Amino acid sequence: MNTSVAVSHHHGPASGISRWLFTTNHKDIGTLYLWFSFLMFLTGGCMALLIRAELFQPGLQLIQPDFFNQMTTMHGLIMVFGAVMPAFVGLANWMIPLMVGAPDMALPRMNNWSFWILPFAFAMMISTLFMDGGAPNFGWTFYAPLSTTYAPPSVTFFIFAVHMMGISSIMGAINIIATILNLRAPGMTMMKLPLFVWTWLITAFLLIAVMPVLAGVVTMMLMDIHFGTSFFDAAGGGDPVLFQHVFWFFGHPEVYIMILPAFGIVSEIIPTFARKKLFGYASMVYATASIAVLSFVVWAHHMFTVGLPLAGELFFMFATMLIAVPTGVKVFNWVATMFRGSMTFETPMLFALAFVVLFTIGGFSGLMLAIAPVDFQYHDTYFVVAHFHYVLVPGAVFAIMAGAYYWLPKWCGNYYNETMGKVHFWCNFIGVNITFFPMHFIGLAGMPRRIPDYALQFADFNAIATVGAFIFGFSQLIFLYNVISCIRNSKPASDRVWEGSHGLEWTVASPAPYHSFSEPPQVK
Amino acid sequence: MIKTILGFPALLLFATASQAAWEVNLPRGVTEVSREIYDLHMTIFWICVAIGVVVFGVMLWSVIYHRKSRGAKAHNFHENVLVEIAWTVVPFIILIAMAVPATATLIKMYDNTEAELDIQITGYQWKWRYQYLGEEIDFFSSLSTPRDQINNAAVKGEHYLLEVDNPLVIPAGKKVRFLLTANDVIHSWWVPDLAVKKDAIPGFINEAWTIVNEPGVYRGQCAELCGKDHGFMPIVVEVKAQADFDAWLAEVKQADQDKAAEAQKSWTLAELMETGEEVYNKACLACHQANGEGIPGVFPGLKNSPIALGDPGPHIDVVLNGKQGTAMQAFRDQLTAVELAAVITYERNAWGNKVGDLVTPAQIAELKE
Ligand code: HEC
Ligand SMILES: [Cu+2]
Ligand SMILES: [Cu+2]
Repeated sequence: MNTSVAVSHHHGPASGISRWLFTTNHKDIGTLYLWFSFLMFLTGGCMALLIRAELFQPGLQLIQPDFFNQMTTMHGLIMVFGAVMPAFVGLANWMIPLMVGAPDMALPRMNNWSFWILPFAFAMMISTLFMDGGAPNFGWTFYAPLSTTYAPPSVTFFIFAVHMMGISSIMGAINIIATILNLRAPGMTMMKLPLFVWTWLITAFLLIAVMPVLAGVVTMMLMDIHFGTSFFDAAGGGDPVLFQHVFWFFGHPEVYIMILPAFGIVSEIIPTFARKKLFGYASMVYATASIAVLSFVVWAHHMFTVGLPLAGELFFMFATMLIAVPTGVKVFNWVATMFRGSMTFETPMLFALAFVVLFTIGGFSGLMLAIAPVDFQYHDTYFVVAHFHYVLVPGAVFAIMAGAYYWLPKWCGNYYNETMGKVHFWCNFIGVNITFFPMHFIGLAGMPRRIPDYALQFADFNAIATVGAFIFGFSQLIFLYNVISCIRNSKPASDRVWEGSHGLEWTVASPAPYHSFSEPPQVK
Repeated sequence: MIKTILGFPALLLFATASQAAWEVNLPRGVTEVSREIYDLHMTIFWICVAIGVVVFGVMLWSVIYHRKSRGAKAHNFHENVLVEIAWTVVPFIILIAMAVPATATLIKMYDNTEAELDIQITGYQWKWRYQYLGEEIDFFSSLSTPRDQINNAAVKGEHYLLEVDNPLVIPAGKKVRFLLTANDVIHSWWVPDLAVKKDAIPGFINEAWTIVNEPGVYRGQCAELCGKDHGFMPIVVEVKAQADFDAWLAEVKQADQDKAAEAQKSWTLAELMETGEEVYNKACLACHQANGEGIPGVFPGLKNSPIALGDPGPHIDVVLNGKQGTAMQAFRDQLTAVELAAVITYERNAWGNKVGDLVTPAQIAELKE
């Protein structure tokens, strides 16, 4: 027994490609997830740039409407399921064991499998672009019957791909829960967990609750398409609105799946660079939990115009407005953490500060959208597009960037180039706002979303948005270059990396050794 | 190619010049409900601005004054029950203050009673059908912007993409109720100035209403993704004073009768081909394409297709009755007998199809009975 433990201590990574194919090491798998998500981020980003290029001027220039719809659909699906979610899982893989003092994830083999499903799922989904009839063209929300009776034949591959992504996510979530609940170091009580770990624990429960619902809804589509049922087909006695209820029962918690871990990351970074303990730790935990609970009773705010009964409209309006309370608490806590701190502004902190401001702006437009009577004007316009891009891009994506810069020295053992990091940040910050802020205006002025061409009064702001999108898109190459040079060679990082850092992950060496915490640390 | 390259900058200039203003806000609209909605929108907007000023103000203050480079030393407070309760309760009270007027407006929007005119609106891929209940008026309304403008081969008009062949006409000052449904996929009928947006869903009938006092022309668009030409199914509502509205009703009824009479006259192949091409471009081109070759895997081609070259019976049947469960709609009620006969004849004799026979309007009129 003792000897086998000693042996496993000394064996490092396998060599060559088999290291990555067969690895059960949480750090390797985390790395795989992160690279995969970056690749998907660039892929989905290219699609976004094609969309923006077509919308640069009124008239059809580059692509035809059917392909435009394929691009909006694939862009949404790839960004949600391929870029943002795997990035968070990658960060969880790397950091949760280090943060709770565990030697690895609780279920390492399953961990390997959850990752390796993803490349196949996305290869299959992207291959639909080359099929007869083209890729899915019904929007990432794939409302029936546009996605069933009226869908291109490739919809079946899309359904299969969604099933695979769902399985991957559920396994990832189980693994995270098992790790957090069972592998904490002695003395690491629940109320001592870093907030990133807390937010991921809650996110993982959300995933387990709603991914099966997504699987259910795509299975019902499959039955309608191939096995003669009529779940969503009015002509056969079915109900197209049922689709939306089931979809958004998954979809709303899904948006919190994409933002709660971001809250966690920012709650790690701000205290480090403000050199001050996080304000209101306990209220942060409770706020996260209440957002998660509320996320199950607000789904129909996406459906205010489908003809819900008045009582339903009112219920979903009030419940949605209520979410502003715990979300507000979080923002106030972050600001209170900075207040009377001793701040410095390294790249991770810049991204975190931009997150707080721009996510809050996205929260404001969210609050406006919650007001049901007004939503009749906002719904399905660019105002909604502006809203969810504000919470997802400078929200989720900035938090991921912040996390990547923050932990990169721990992962690679080297500092990234700070100047280049700041240039990357400012390009992102400016690009994001030039892209998405004008969308509020064109949405209010009446431009519907998902249209390949538009009336002339929307022309100027669309042109501006396109310029912003190209700035944002191409500045990601700076990040790529910075990460690669950081891995190759650069200034070696100390174990603590940052002056104000705190927590178990900073007690191991930089770069973090292949096996860490084989002896559990003692947390006081 | 050269022409497109040269024409492009000119079009750019035109696009900028013809653009009236940098619209940045919701229109106030022309109905009581639209104005209430606008006021709610502005209220919640200013509430957000006020909260933003406070939160971002404190943040900016800290960023400027509590930075290490200024020698700021970190304090070590990290909780305060009173403050935390305050910033939970205060937003809650603000929200209640906001919910009250919102609820009142919503209740008003849901009052569909006592309408003076009922219009059924049906969404089709990619046009709207308007049926005036009790008036025997029934017509389709689709985009009238020429394809050349969309493809940048012609200068774009003032109402580019927001113009239709047959606008919806309603009387001023009357409560008009819309009954919305759809024939194929979900659409959404939206006119910002009336603040009416309601989904048109197959198998459901949704209700919405409006009272517009100002005669005028109000434009909108389909708001729910409904397939390829979702961006090309605008809505135009013409509000007319009661007397003008009555005159319009009479005119439309007369025109319908004239059309019915036309079916009985005898048509030559050339005449039918000419009308047929027009109808095809308006009603069929979106799917089956200008060259009749369709889009592989989605919309079948008609060029050299067995159905267009074979016996006319099945061809007539599919155009009149559509194909259940596919994007091919029934055109029986969408087109007149003349238009149907013409378009079928056209398909059988265009793009190198040479059947040479002619489907007569009289024949179709009989089938339509
Ligand atoms: C919204 C798209 C759409 C429009 C508009 C449309 N069609 Fe079709 N059409 C289809 C589809 C899809 C099919 C194939 C149905 C099937 O699966 O059998 C089809 C089939 C047909 C066929 C039978 C072809 C064959 O080989 O079986 C004919 C004929 C036809 N359409 C004529 C017309 C005419 C005439 C018009 C205009 C008045 C028209 N279509 C407008 C989508 C459309
Ligand atoms: Cu939601
Ligand atoms: Cu539409």
